[in-house]
Amino acid sequence: MEFERRDAPFVTPSGSVPDMMREVLYALIPAGLAYVWYFGPGFILNLLIAAAFCAAGEAAMQSLRGRSVEAALSDYSAMVTAALLAFALPALTPWWVTATAALFAIVVAKHLYGGLGFNIFNPAMAGYVVVLIAFPLHMNLWTAPRMGDIDYHYLTFYETARYTLTGALPDYLAFDAISRATPLDAIQSGLRNLRTFDELRSYPLLGDFGGRGWEWIGNFTAIGGAWLVLRKIVRWQIPFGVLAGLLIPAGVMYFFDSATHASPGFHLFSGGTILCAFFIATDPVSAATSNRGRLIYGLGIGFLIYAIRRWGSYADGVAFAVLLMNMAVPAIDYLTKPPIVGHPRKRRETR
Amino acid sequence: MLGLGQRGTFRHGVHPPEHKDETSGLAIRRFPFAPVLIVPLSQHLGKPAKPVVREGQEVIRGQTIAEPDGFVSVAMHAPVSGIVRRIALAPSISGTMLRSVYLEPFPASSQEVADGIPCDVDTATPEEIVHAIQRAGVVGLGGAAFPTHVKIRAPEGKYLDTLIINGVECEPYLTTDHRVMLEQTADVFMGIRYLLKASGAKEAIVAIEANKPDAVRKLAEHRPLDLPVSVRVCPVKYPQGAEKMVIKALLDREIPSGGLPVDVHAICVNVATTAEIGRLLPRGRGIQERVITIGGPGVVRKGNYRIPIGTTVRFALQEAGTATNLSRVFLGGPMMGPAVSNLDIPITKGTSGITAFTTDETGESTGHKKVYPCIHCARCVEACPLFLNPSHLGLLAKNEQYAQMAEEYNLMDCFECGSCSYVCPSHIPLVQYFRLAKKMVRKLDVQK
Repeated sequence: MEFERRDAPFVTPSGSVPDMMREVLYALIPAGLAYVWYFGPGFILNLLIAAAFCAAGEAAMQSLRGRSVEAALSDYSAMVTAALLAFALPALTPWWVTATAALFAIVVAKHLYGGLGFNIFNPAMAGYVVVLIAFPLHMNLWTAPRMGDIDYHYLTFYETARYTLTGALPDYLAFDAISRATPLDAIQSGLRNLRTFDELRSYPLLGDFGGRGWEWIGNFTAIGGAWLVLRKIVRWQIPFGVLAGLLIPAGVMYFFDSATHASPGFHLFSGGTILCAFFIATDPVSAATSNRGRLIYGLGIGFLIYAIRRWGSYADGVAFAVLLMNMAVPAIDYLTKPPIVGHPRKRRETR
Repeated sequence: MLGLGQRGTFRHGVHPPEHKDETSGLAIRRFPFAPVLIVPLSQHLGKPAKPVVREGQEVIRGQTIAEPDGFVSVAMHAPVSGIVRRIALAPSISGTMLRSVYLEPFPASSQEVADGIPCDVDTATPEEIVHAIQRAGVVGLGGAAFPTHVKIRAPEGKYLDTLIINGVECEPYLTTDHRVMLEQTADVFMGIRYLLKASGAKEAIVAIEANKPDAVRKLAEHRPLDLPVSVRVCPVKYPQGAEKMVIKALLDREIPSGGLPVDVHAICVNVATTAEIGRLLPRGRGIQERVITIGGPGVVRKGNYRIPIGTTVRFALQEAGTATNLSRVFLGGPMMGPAVSNLDIPITKGTSGITAFTTDETGESTGHKKVYPCIHCARCVEACPLFLNPSHLGLLAKNEQYAQMAEEYNLMDCFECGSCSYVCPSHIPLVQYFRLAKKMVRKLDVQK
């Protein structure tokens, strides 16, 4: 009888990289549905366009690098990148903006660094930052959330698709007519114009904590995130770190001066905070590896988000915070190496 | 100190499916003699034994057929009454050929065993016990096969205070230690008597994982009151049976890198080894059989068998019966057991079991898992009981940076438990890389 020679261990648990990626995608479904509900069908178009260009970029780079196209597409990592991009972009985004972000994410941020597992930067955030800087006009075109009492013209699916594909708005609408400041924008500029937080809260787009609609997207994102933590796809350290890193400084500042600082609840439920904590910062490839390192990495991202929102020129700082902490990962990993069993616990000498 | 959920265990580790229920309830059964038994002269770490029989000689069961050659060597005993057909090379699990004694049993050979010079625990000196253990051919039956008499005496300038009897048995499928504890309880305590006296240790602790409550109860109930021995239950976790981990779990002491248990004043002896010492020494016998688990989905009559040393894997599987779609056989359990490529290798003192898988476990859907790039999920980092970084070591291994692996990332501490490979969602064969890398590092060191 012929036996295949293979080495122990002969048992492997269920679960693989594609399984993990698929679970991340499933966990995003509640948030995606909420996004569509509040900001319209543009999200679906963005998702499809991003997915198509991410897949195309992945396939092209794999074949250029002489590797299996099928292997790379079957791991679903490009789809996770596409999904995160779709969440980051405004619901109304011309297709070429989405395509640029997707291609930059996959081609430059992922494959030029060596492909899955070797990219230093979170590809989705790298792609998003490129279009955020390059096309500020389009990236600031946020619509109002669908809440019954907000006086606003909501675009139909046809109008959304037409704008996404051709950039043309319905004749009776101007850019300004559909564009609304995001809650983060409104609060940031309001506070800098010396208005108080309480005063700004009466702004119709603001809800109990953060922006109306945004709060609910945040809740649904957190449901998916909690599921990932329960399934141990994501360890608690990074989400906890991000939230603590953001909410602690926000809470301290708000406690001492609640007039000129936004409340921690506002920070939690605005912009990409929750998405970042559970889905963006937790990308294992570009995150720290030790548990202590992950906590530090998360705290760093959280604090940078706060710093950028408070003192920076961008309304939200998620993408920049993640990319900045990505750069710190090798140092964090080196400094948080746990002591090896059987080796003396001495302070590591720095090199 | 608050250990927060770490009391009585070590940190990290994994929880592979145990598969122990299939055999843990089955009493140990005797195994018939094979038509030919192959007794390798080197079944232990150290120097091979010197044969004291010649070809054509008749031997009786239990007779010494090879004497220890030096201190780090043990005796071999005839597993059956019969004729020495030849002393020649025979295949082994590692792939090398080993000098072995081929025995042909007499027809209808009895199970009777020749007694030797008894060693009485009350009158023998520690040195005499050490010598008797060596003469009895006792090696670690847990799998390492290190001669037991070598490690029970502390070298000059060191001392021992604790004797750990390792009944953890964390490998899936294996239940030999479990059965031995249940069925040879008195032998275990007799063995502890010998070991305590020989080592000078003040107390003995029997370590058992929580998945063997009946063994815990049995040992606790039958504990002789004059013996300083306690039974400790450890939470179930792999690889707790490893010497380094069980000492960490029980005593919270860490064997220094490259060191031995004696460096932390402990010795660790497998429970089956202890039972054999307790069984054999009072009658001056030697190890010529051992208990193994023959199990796994590919085996029909799964169970624990007292099997003569030298029985071939082929004969053992024939007797136990195998599934038609047998696809993989390995010695020991699935986490660390080496794969069998030649069924004509003999079972030796270090063989704790034979596990057989069918195509259901190794087929396309489950066996050949596609390898993906490392995504730094750090599951291996959270699994490694030594707190190494398998993820980084794996990258270095792939680039053949063996020296750096050893010098900066403590490769040589790895005891190849396979936890990293087990948890890897990318199915990277990490521990296989490390086995190879360790061999390469040793080779580089020799060349230096």
